[in-house]
Amino acid sequence: MLELTNLSFQVSDAGREKGILRGVSLSIPDGELVVVTGPNGGGKSTLARLIAGVETPTGGSIVFNGADITAASVTDRARMGIAFAFQQPVRFKGLRVLDLLRIAAGRRLDISAACEYLAAVGLCAKDYIDREVNASLSGGELKRIEIATVLARKAKLTIFDEPEAGIDLWSFQNLIQVFENLRRDIRDSSIMIISHQERILAVADRIIVIQEGEVLRQGPKDEILPTLIGTAAAVRACRQVEQGGAQ
Amino acid sequence: MKQLDEIQRRLLQEVADLHTVPEGAYNIRANGVSAARAVTANIDIVTKTDKPGIDVTVKPGTKNESVHIPVVLTESGLKETVYNDFHIGRDADVVIVAGCGIDNCGNQDAQHDGIHRFWLEPGARVKYVEKHYGSGSGKGKRILNPVTEVWMDENSTMEMEMVQIKGVDDTERTTRAQLKAGARLVVRERLMTHEAQRAISAYAVELNGAGSSADVVSRSVARGESYQKFDAKILGNAPCSGHTECDSIIMDRGRILAVPGLEANDVDAALVHEAAIGKIAGEQLMKLMTLGLTEQEAEEQIINGFLK
Repeated sequence: MLELTNLSFQVSDAGREKGILRGVSLSIPDGELVVVTGPNGGGKSTLARLIAGVETPTGGSIVFNGADITAASVTDRARMGIAFAFQQPVRFKGLRVLDLLRIAAGRRLDISAACEYLAAVGLCAKDYIDREVNASLSGGELKRIEIATVLARKAKLTIFDEPEAGIDLWSFQNLIQVFENLRRDIRDSSIMIISHQERILAVADRIIVIQEGEVLRQGPKDEILPTLIGTAAAVRACRQVEQGGAQ
Repeated sequence: MKQLDEIQRRLLQEVADLHTVPEGAYNIRANGVSAARAVTANIDIVTKTDKPGIDVTVKPGTKNESVHIPVVLTESGLKETVYNDFHIGRDADVVIVAGCGIDNCGNQDAQHDGIHRFWLEPGARVKYVEKHYGSGSGKGKRILNPVTEVWMDENSTMEMEMVQIKGVDDTERTTRAQLKAGARLVVRERLMTHEAQRAISAYAVELNGAGSSADVVSRSVARGESYQKFDAKILGNAPCSGHTECDSIIMDRGRILAVPGLEANDVDAALVHEAAIGKIAGEQLMKLMTLGLTEQEAEEQIINGFLK
C-alpha cells in the first residue's frame, strides 16, 4: 500500500518558483494496477520519480506499507520493494544483460531463469543474454531489457514511467501482454504505470488523471476511461497495431 | 623445480591464473633466476648467454600450444632487466601468457623491466596475454617498465591483452609494432591505477604493408591521486586501416591524458582515433541503486564491467 499525502515538487525557473506537483494526495492499495495519465508536462513522470526516490519532494509525505519513506534513499526504497522502470533506460559499457538481470534479482539467477524474463518482453534470450547493455542496442531493445530487469525484481510496488516510449510497433502488443500478465499475477503487489496509451489504460483497475501538477480526477477504469477517449490523456496506438500487425 | 613459497604462488595465480604447473611449454622466473622450465616437441626455450632472458622458438605449423613465462619478485631492492625473444614460425598458432607479479614488503624499490620481442613469420598467429600485479605493504615502490616490440610478416596476426589492475606504483609501457601486408594487430589494454600511482602507455604502430590493420583499445580507470597517459601513435604508410581508442573513467582526483597520434602517408590509409574521459555517469549509479545496490556497490559493478 502506497500513500501520498499533499506531495509537492517545486523547481526554480529563472528565479521564479514553479510547482511541478502541487499537493498530490492519493493511495495505491495492494492488488491494484493503476495507470496515471494526463497531458504532457502535467507532472506524471515527476510523481513516479518522487516515489522511486530519484527526486526529492519539496513538501508532503510518502508512506509505503506503513513506513514513512519520504526521506529514504533510492537504495533503501528498492530494498523495501519498490521497482522503477526508467522512461529513458541507461546504457553501461561492459555490463551484460545477464549481469543486470542478476543485480535486479538480487541473486545469482541461472541462465534459464534469466532467459524467461527476456522471453517475457519478446526478446530471443540467446541473442541477448551475453550482450553488453551498450550503444550497440537499439532504443527499443534497451527499453525491453529495462522492463525485463524490473520484472526480475518481483517487487511489492512496480512503477513504469512511460513504458511504451521508444518501443517499436511490433513490440507494443507484446508490452500489453506483459502488463496483462502482471495484472493476472498481481496477488498482494501493486503496479503503477505512467502512460497515455489507450491500450495500456484499458489494462488498469483504476485511472488517475494528473494535470498541471494536481489530481484532476480518479476512479475505476470503466468510469474514467470513457471520459478520456479522444483526448491527449488516451492516445491510440497507430492503425497498424490496432489491426493486428503486431504479434 | 625450485620450490616456490606461498607469496610467490599467490603472485603466479594473479598474473598467470596458474594454480599448478602449466601444460605445454613454460619458464617461471622467481627473484631473478629460472625456477622451472618445460619445453615441448614444437616449442623450445633456451637461456640467453649474453644477457638475462630467454629465446622461445615455435616451430612452423605448431597449432594450439601455449607458452607461459610468468615472473615473480618478492625480494625488496631487486631490479632486473630481462630480454625475452619469441620466434614464431610460419603458420604457427600459439597462446603466450606472460606477466609479472611483485610483492614488496621492504623499503627498497623492486623493479622488473621485461623487454619482449616478437618475430612472426608469414601466417603466424599469436595471442599474447600480459598481466601485471603488485602487492605488499612496504614503502618500497613496485615498478614495471615493459617494452614490447613486434615484427609482423605478411598475413600474420597478433592479439595482445594487457592487464594491470592493482598494486603497481609506476609503469612505463612501450609497445612498438611493424606490420607487413595483410598483417593484423589487435591490442586490448585494461588499466586501473590507485593512490599516487603513475602509468604511461605509449604505442607506435607502423602499418607498412597493403591491407595491414591495427586496432588499439585502452579502457582505464584512474582513482585516488593517480595519473595515466595514453599515447597511441599509428603510422599509415600503405593502404591500411588503423584505429586507436582511449575510454576512461576518472574518480576522486585521478588525472588522465590521452594523446592521439595519427600519421597518414598514403592516400588509402584510413586512420581513426577516439577518446572519451569522464566520471561515472550519475544516471548509471541511479539505475543500479533502483535495483537495490548502494552507491558504492553500484560503482564497483560499473568499474568491474568496464574493465572486464
